[in-house]
Amino acid sequence: MTATTAEPTASRLAARHSLEAARPRRGEQVVIGALFACASLSILTTSLIVLSLVPPTIDFLREVSIREFLTGTRWSPLFANPRFGVLPLVTGTLVVTACALVVCVPFGLGAAVYLSEYASPWIRKAVKPVLEVLAGIPTVVYGFFALTVVSPYVQRWWPFGDPPGTFNALSAGLVMGVMILPTVASLSEDAMSAVPHGLREGAYALGGTRREVATKVVVPAALSGIVASFVLAFSRAIGETMIVLIAAGGQPNLALNPGEAMQTITAFIGAAGIGDQPTGSTGYKTIFAAGSLLFVVTFFVNLLSIRIVRRYRQAYQ
Amino acid sequence: MTVVTAASTRTGRRVLDGAFHVAMLTGLLLGLATLVWLLTSVVVKGWPRLDSQLWEAFPSSRPARAGAKSALYGTVWVMGLTALFTVPLGVGAAVYLEEFAQKERWWNRLVEVNIQNLAAVPSIVYGILGLAFVVRGPLDFGPTILAAGIILSLLVLPTVIIASREAIRAVPPSIREGSLALGATELQTVTRQVLPAATPGIATGVILGLSRAIGEAAPLLLVGALTFVQFTPTGLDSRFAVLPVQIFQWSARPQEEFKVLAAAAIVMLLVVLLAMNAFAIWLRNRYQRRW
Repeated sequence: MTATTAEPTASRLAARHSLEAARPRRGEQVVIGALFACASLSILTTSLIVLSLVPPTIDFLREVSIREFLTGTRWSPLFANPRFGVLPLVTGTLVVTACALVVCVPFGLGAAVYLSEYASPWIRKAVKPVLEVLAGIPTVVYGFFALTVVSPYVQRWWPFGDPPGTFNALSAGLVMGVMILPTVASLSEDAMSAVPHGLREGAYALGGTRREVATKVVVPAALSGIVASFVLAFSRAIGETMIVLIAAGGQPNLALNPGEAMQTITAFIGAAGIGDQPTGSTGYKTIFAAGSLLFVVTFFVNLLSIRIVRRYRQAYQ
Repeated sequence: MTVVTAASTRTGRRVLDGAFHVAMLTGLLLGLATLVWLLTSVVVKGWPRLDSQLWEAFPSSRPARAGAKSALYGTVWVMGLTALFTVPLGVGAAVYLEEFAQKERWWNRLVEVNIQNLAAVPSIVYGILGLAFVVRGPLDFGPTILAAGIILSLLVLPTVIIASREAIRAVPPSIREGSLALGATELQTVTRQVLPAATPGIATGVILGLSRAIGEAAPLLLVGALTFVQFTPTGLDSRFAVLPVQIFQWSARPQEEFKVLAAAAIVMLLVVLLAMNAFAIWLRNRYQRRW
């Protein structure tokens, strides 16, 4: 008798004190749905980028064989006698990128090691905002700087024979390297400061100097983050437009000499975009073909960087 | 003998240590020195043209009479629009990802990786997107301020979302738990506890995102920013010029006078940018709470 009455009372009590809402909060669900829509806008953006690139590229490849596009050595798509070999743009991009990496990889890593292992807290506090400012300077400004300030020095100090012209890949690449330096420095420094102090203290206790602790303990332990920052620097150098558009010259040029004027993939897209290309014209489609190449390369490089961090990150407590 | 080698390796090691210290410092100094070099050379070069004509005159083919009034107004319009789009969308996405998304669902992980990836997509690719979908094609807004605002918003959204997420994540869980324990719903917790506490961080992220947008020229070349605009914008459907594109056009001209003009316009752009940056840093230091 008592058992049978006790049971419904208990379940009623449980119902009254349930942590679930008494009735579903539709309003909240609508708001959360709206928030989800904001987040999924990023998926929409990526899809639209792909959708905007693919159809004109397919159209383009119907007119120009993929073989000519990827292996041709002359690029003059907007001329009367158009040629569609993208290789000159690719070498231009690689030469400028190499110049940029020569600056930003060693010096960016050096800055990171200094900030993380040598600098006193107040230096770090003073320098980091300055590096943020350096990273925040618009790329047109860097382009102007490369053309009007750095290029004359490159011409004057050119060590091999004929001095380069005003427009050359080297000045664009060097300035781009300085532009990317803060990115490398700050990402690498983040990775190094995630290395636990115990490792450093252990190395110091064994008699290591700062240099030895930095090169043999901290840098190896933070290697995944450091490599990821290099990969990201590579991707930013490939994708940078304004510096090369202003300072590297406008002629596609199949060459590896950084003293020559060159056009990169991005600079071509920018230059072709300034002239108002009629929709559907071959000139219009080349923008998208070059854009597809750029997007595919940077997309995989970026994925690689995200993966490196995920896979090889050592989780320290 | 062994004592001598030990001593010599010790000095060798000390020399190496010193050299390494200097080498690492060089990396940092290279960045700082270039910044100083860049700023001084631009100011010195642009000094003769840093007068009121710079923001009171329209562009002209005669450098002595040219100014950047239309570009300045265009930049203000485009930035206003970008802020209007970016703030609600970016904060909304960040709140969703931090407060409501269940990490084990594949679509939430997809969104997360996707945002990281979008942050590293070259800006000119956004220009291509704008050219194909916003300027022409489905939306067909033409090369207008509205199109520019939409494209720059998409461009800076990942930056704003990532910064806002960090700000939201910095609010300790105990605040949320306290609020929920007092009977607030999840949404009330977010709007009355989490967001107010995260506002300084979010504002900093928004300002840094906008300061990226204000200097962006590449996508706007494709969206159709002009360089010879003789009017200030009249509405969202107005054609426009912006400062970075104007600077680009002036620096690409062979005449030295236009380079001077470009330098002066750069100084103007940098002053605005540094003011935004300084405000962001001040905001961060003034209002950031340590829990």
